[in-house]
Amino acid sequence: MTKYFIKRFLQLVVVAFIISVLVFLLVHLLPGDPSVTILGPNDTAHNRAILFKQLGLNKPLLQQYTTWLNAVFHGNLGQSYLNHESVTHIVATGAPIDIELIVISQVIAFAVAIPLALITSRRPNRAFDNVSTTTTFGLLALPPFVIAPIMVAVFAVSLHWFPATGYVPLTQDPATNLHDMILPSLAITAGSIAVYYRLLRSDLISTLQEDFITMARSKGLSNRRIMLRHAFRPSTFSLLAAAGVNIGALLAGTFIVEYLFALSGLGYSLVQAVQQRDYLVVQGISLVVAIAYVVLQFIIDFLFTVVDPRVVRE
Amino acid sequence: MPDDRELGGSDASDQLLTNMFPGQAATDEMVLSRETEALESDDILVTKPLGFLFWMAIGWLGLVFLLAVFANLLPLPNPDFQNYSAINATPNIHHLLGTDDLGRDLLSRLIFGARVSLIVGFASVAIGTIVGGTLGLISGFKGGSLDISLNAASFVLLAFPAIVAVIAIVAFWGSSLLKITIIIGVGTIPLMFRVVRASSLSFANRDFVIAARTMGATTPRILFREILPNVVPVAVTFGLITVAGVIVLEGSLAFLGLSVPPPTPSWGNMISEGTANGNLSINPYIMLWPAAAMFLLLLSINLIGDRMRQRFDIREGLL
Amino acid sequence: MIGRRGPQNGKRALEFPDVGESDEPLLVVENLHTSFRTGRGTVHAVDGVSLTVAAGTTLGIVGESGSGKTVLARSIMGLLPVRDVIKSGTVHFAGHDLTAMEPDQLREIWGAELSMIFQDPMTALNPVKRIGIQITESLRLHLDMDRKEADATAVELLRSVGIPSPEQRVRWYPFQLSGGMRQRVMIAIALACAPRLIMADEPTTGLDVTVQAQILDLLGKLQRERHMAVILVTHDLGVVADRADEIVVMYAGRVVERAPTRTLFAETHMPYTRALMESIPRLADPSGTRLQAIPGRPPDLIHPPKGCRFAPRCAFAQDKCRESDPPLRTAGSPDHLFACWFPLVHGTSTAPSASASASAAGDTTIDPGPVVQSP
Repeated sequence: MTKYFIKRFLQLVVVAFIISVLVFLLVHLLPGDPSVTILGPNDTAHNRAILFKQLGLNKPLLQQYTTWLNAVFHGNLGQSYLNHESVTHIVATGAPIDIELIVISQVIAFAVAIPLALITSRRPNRAFDNVSTTTTFGLLALPPFVIAPIMVAVFAVSLHWFPATGYVPLTQDPATNLHDMILPSLAITAGSIAVYYRLLRSDLISTLQEDFITMARSKGLSNRRIMLRHAFRPSTFSLLAAAGVNIGALLAGTFIVEYLFALSGLGYSLVQAVQQRDYLVVQGISLVVAIAYVVLQFIIDFLFTVVDPRVVRE
Repeated sequence: MPDDRELGGSDASDQLLTNMFPGQAATDEMVLSRETEALESDDILVTKPLGFLFWMAIGWLGLVFLLAVFANLLPLPNPDFQNYSAINATPNIHHLLGTDDLGRDLLSRLIFGARVSLIVGFASVAIGTIVGGTLGLISGFKGGSLDISLNAASFVLLAFPAIVAVIAIVAFWGSSLLKITIIIGVGTIPLMFRVVRASSLSFANRDFVIAARTMGATTPRILFREILPNVVPVAVTFGLITVAGVIVLEGSLAFLGLSVPPPTPSWGNMISEGTANGNLSINPYIMLWPAAAMFLLLLSINLIGDRMRQRFDIREGLL
Repeated sequence: MIGRRGPQNGKRALEFPDVGESDEPLLVVENLHTSFRTGRGTVHAVDGVSLTVAAGTTLGIVGESGSGKTVLARSIMGLLPVRDVIKSGTVHFAGHDLTAMEPDQLREIWGAELSMIFQDPMTALNPVKRIGIQITESLRLHLDMDRKEADATAVELLRSVGIPSPEQRVRWYPFQLSGGMRQRVMIAIALACAPRLIMADEPTTGLDVTVQAQILDLLGKLQRERHMAVILVTHDLGVVADRADEIVVMYAGRVVERAPTRTLFAETHMPYTRALMESIPRLADPSGTRLQAIPGRPPDLIHPPKGCRFAPRCAFAQDKCRESDPPLRTAGSPDHLFACWFPLVHGTSTAPSASASASAAGDTTIDPGPVVQSP
């Protein structure tokens, strides 16, 4: 058990490390120049050289990387070339927004998808199942950039139920914060509901064909108990794996709603920083996202062992 | 090959793929363990009719394709022509879908914009399927160190925040239609590689392949005659679902102004224009038409992909 | 240890008079039909089966795979899905008509009075639940035990089915046990509430030959101790030969021969039963003796052949067999039923010039000679 987790953890750390190297190489090797963003396009070559020296960009790549990594281990992610804002600060203000968006959207997605799948899988291909399953196709066809503007048009512009933009930290005013975050969270929920529902439904349907379900019935257990205690847990493998992939994609993938709702989360900060060649911000956020991804996968791996004790078998 | 169902999650995406393609051992075990006394076997063999929705989906996809291909021949105003005397017109006889805040005809922009989604969607997945699929076919069949290294590389690439790579490369290289297509196409290579590899692997040890090998068939012959025909349905089905994913990605980029530069219309940048400058309250049509068209296109592709998945009996999985 | 508490605690809606002492059989199945609607047509999996089981006795149901025996077992239990299944006939269990019961009433009987042992303990035990919980859940449901009591009972049950150190094993998962151990766990689950009838569907098919006998002996021992009736469903006539009181032979969804075990072996009337006997390997046979496989395959149950359903594979089939369906009838002793126009008598067919007509029918691949010789 412990051995399994240590092995998985080391694998994931290696993946995180490779990702940090790749991100570093990507932003440094592609042409494009932070001095243009800092000094403007018309400054002299001399000034650029001075700036490069100040930023350490004249040193060899490997040295730049080790310097950066060393600083990271001392808790310093560096600062933005553009406005000298510390990257730690960008992450500290941005991460809570992403975490909140992800938590709200995933809680809603599970709360809708799981009961719905439990209901429809018992009687597949009946009217209710067909309606639910077809509806989830609709949800799957509503990416954030399609549904978010529609939601803003309906709920913010026409009905004035929710604000179109605005953000108050959760710690400052929880009620206003939740009110502000509901629309952006819902905008990234649609696809999750569809994916989770469909996977769980199809796995439940195949689990319900298993002998051990007939066995549970032959013991005289109620249908409710059979669904919840016998069928559900063995059917959550794909669901968990999908949640891992999906939440992993949302870690920096919330940029559309962050852009539309003017939220300064990690996703949109990262997109902006890439465009502006703000190296340290890109590296810092990417590193945080990669680590979050590793932690997430580790949690999912742990949940696999909870769902199915056979996973850790040597 | 190990019993995938029991090994469990070595990593999330691996798990997904193995779940989608339970190994032959697992399948045999399932079949054998069941006393196939009439009831199970027959029920499964019933093929579901494709259904009304499927043909609606084919119809919409076909219509969008035809309009996009023959856009130049249609009696449409130039999509970039700014008619200042007809700004923010509601749908009328001259402008069937109305005009935007610059007086451009929305129907014309919608039809010309379809080209971007379709070309990026289908052409980039074609790149991914050909390159990734070929590598996956060989890697899954041959195994060994080639397979191990390619597999590890694809896992790392899939864990990589793709959006960072795409935006970085777009920012440096440019965002013409061709370039966007190539960049995203290269991005889909690891995805298609994994799908085809898993499928190829599952066929590599089947009896008919072993039989062909013992009869002295050469490796290329086995790959193309025995394995490829079985892998193609899987590749096409997942390819189609990937097309939907790629169209979403292009739309997201366009929404942020990082795809095909204006004034060339694309559904993503039309939605973006529709949400900017207070257009949502002034003229919601600018956003509404491309959003609706995008919704129907994605719905159609997903529906067709799902029916194909059912037909080819591929387990449901996330891509 | 494991007392029957059912009727006394007043929670049961159904009363179960102890019919064990009376003359009335525990289980009476009358003219049971079960069909499945499929895309290709209706499969008549069970076609007019009648049988009885007295309390404390063992009935063997024997047939090839595809003969409908598993469907029959599940039909008797009422465990088949409601959808796309057409059922008729009656099943009386301890005086109650199971076919007329609501699902809630059936659930009171399942596990408590009537339980089932499945073929493959790997797939029939929930892979992600500890075996202890899989035993205790029916104890707590049917016998109203609290957790402690149920846990203690589970340990005792595991001990009684011969699982070593049961105190530790209750916390194990099925995958940690060997196949034989798993089947013992399944027996413990089936026994948990001291049912009157256990339906054992191919309980040893998935096990090693050496383990098979152990499991069957265990089942027999527990059956005698607890005075349970057992229906033993199997494809192997050898399994039931010295364990069943009565044997029902099924072919293509129908009972083709039914007799007390001794009678069946002594006076086999159906060529199909004879053929099943020929396919049992015997230690006494000289080495090199070829087993007699039954040629051909069981018929399509969507469009069953006209006449006797075994006729296409029968070495003694006559024109009459191919044209009209033989009824289930008796000859001699009243408890020996068979469905054959030309029953075997002392191992010889009563069909007119049997070998000649078999050859005349063009069926030259089967040499009827050895088939009719008694072993």
